[in-house]
Amino acid sequence: MAQKILAAHSDKKCIVQGEIVNASVDLVLGNDITMPLAIEEFKKIETNKIFNRGKVVMVPDHFTPNKDIKSATQCKVMRDFAREQDIINYFEIGQMGIEHVLLPEKGLVLPGYLTIGADSHTCTYGALGAAATGVGSTDVAVAMATGKLWFMVPGTLKFVYKGKLGRWITGKDIVLYTIGMIGVDGALYKSMEFSGSVIEGLSMDSRFAMANMAIEAGGKFGLFEVDEKTISYVESKTDSDYKVFKSDDDAQFDGVYEIDCSGMGLQVAYPHLPSNTKDAADAKDVTIDQVVIGSCTNGRMEDLEMVAKILKGKKTDKRIRTIIIPATQKIYLDAVKRGLIEIFIKAGCVVSTPTCGPCLGGHMGILAEGERAVATTNRNFVGRMGHPKSEVYLAGPAVAAASAITGRISVPEEVI
Amino acid sequence: MIIKDRAIKYGNNVDTDVIIPARYLNTTDEKELASHCFEDLDQDFSKKILEKKVIVGGENFGCGSSREHAPLSIKACGIKAIVASSFARIFYRNSINIGLPVLVNREAASEVADGDELEINLVKGLIKNITLDKNYIIPPLPDFIQEVIAIGGYINYTKKQFARAK
Repeated sequence: MAQKILAAHSDKKCIVQGEIVNASVDLVLGNDITMPLAIEEFKKIETNKIFNRGKVVMVPDHFTPNKDIKSATQCKVMRDFAREQDIINYFEIGQMGIEHVLLPEKGLVLPGYLTIGADSHTCTYGALGAAATGVGSTDVAVAMATGKLWFMVPGTLKFVYKGKLGRWITGKDIVLYTIGMIGVDGALYKSMEFSGSVIEGLSMDSRFAMANMAIEAGGKFGLFEVDEKTISYVESKTDSDYKVFKSDDDAQFDGVYEIDCSGMGLQVAYPHLPSNTKDAADAKDVTIDQVVIGSCTNGRMEDLEMVAKILKGKKTDKRIRTIIIPATQKIYLDAVKRGLIEIFIKAGCVVSTPTCGPCLGGHMGILAEGERAVATTNRNFVGRMGHPKSEVYLAGPAVAAASAITGRISVPEEVI
Repeated sequence: MIIKDRAIKYGNNVDTDVIIPARYLNTTDEKELASHCFEDLDQDFSKKILEKKVIVGGENFGCGSSREHAPLSIKACGIKAIVASSFARIFYRNSINIGLPVLVNREAASEVADGDELEINLVKGLIKNITLDKNYIIPPLPDFIQEVIAIGGYINYTKKQFARAK
């Protein structure tokens, strides 16, 4: 599927794995960390105008609302450039959300799109059948100038999920389980294709969470086939045209993994790699100081509803800081309307405006030396959420919510 | 282009959060970024680079974030090349795009010890471990990538394309 999308965007009819192609991109994305550097590089190219003011998207979401003077300065560089270039899709504080949740919500990424973003989790849009991948700031600079970028054509690994999912299991558990199985470089340079009866039954929110973490296995793309759920999602957001690509029946794969999800437990990834996974039920000895629920992986409505189901009428452990971050303004408002925010606040949680904040150790929940957090985020590298001697345990929303109540890694059955 | 220098050796899965922690990403100043390079992994890094200017890593070097600040900070430290068993793909393309040579050779990377003297010939595709007196062949990089590195990065390459179009 990835090869077909790349070929359709290049000037070649047939492309082969390992080949370098120059391809036209449908969308170029940057944020307050990567875009200022891209703008510096763009200015060196000595061109005045970006290739298309409708195809460049800028989202200040990492260190925003501005956490310090330096971050404010970086945001201003991006804001000034957006105004100068008259960029249509610059999302100011108040309209912004976490980029990879916001763009699909706004109908800006569609099936068949070749999308690049100076953020490694750009692969999230694979849930829409879009070939989307993270690149660097120089890539974004060149793509803003030319509308094109170099790509190495990847091979594909196919993942087929069968069986029946247990209660509380979401896409996050499935993808953590998968990364635990193949390792953090198990899909290095590869396009991952997720399929099977379990995938057909998954919500779009869970599919986004899975595609989001393809990069944590080294993947270039994390693709899902477009089905009725995708189409109804996309058509509820936009009436723009799009093209659906499917893998051929005789497509060649570099590997095929069949995974039986029956009996799969809720997953937790221990520090300091997303591949250090365990069943959450076997992780009960780990006491924690903080819970973070949010991020481009798990800050969507499905996640918040699951958390509310567990926290409703209960109190979080008094020793724990529980930080809940709806990923976009729309999700935040919907959560208010549905009464979820009241449940969270009564349970003793704080609810924040959309930001990537704590996920990357930026702000809004930094860990001190020796502290531990359970987080629905995507990385648990050394120092990821703060002090180099702090620890992050990755999990889905159900484990995060249950752990907030007990003060140690827990599964919902312990608290419900 | 020949690079001759000593190796700083690291292990597998060196991630971008330890190369340049996100708390320092509120600037694009190369020198400032360089002053924090590797500080969460190796507190002696700033001393090591006084006499060693090639980094040798294991598998999946540079995994994690797309932050170009990672290879930029390494380059701004005066590091001349990185040799690894494998690279994470965004880090790999970011390095090429800024003209920092990145070389994949599993055998060379695993046999190098910290402090070994290396001679890297990018044109011939050769890594020589002078300390071990052993040569390793690097598969030739695609022409496009060689061209980008030779011209000093993707921005220079694009400028040239623009000039040609005019």
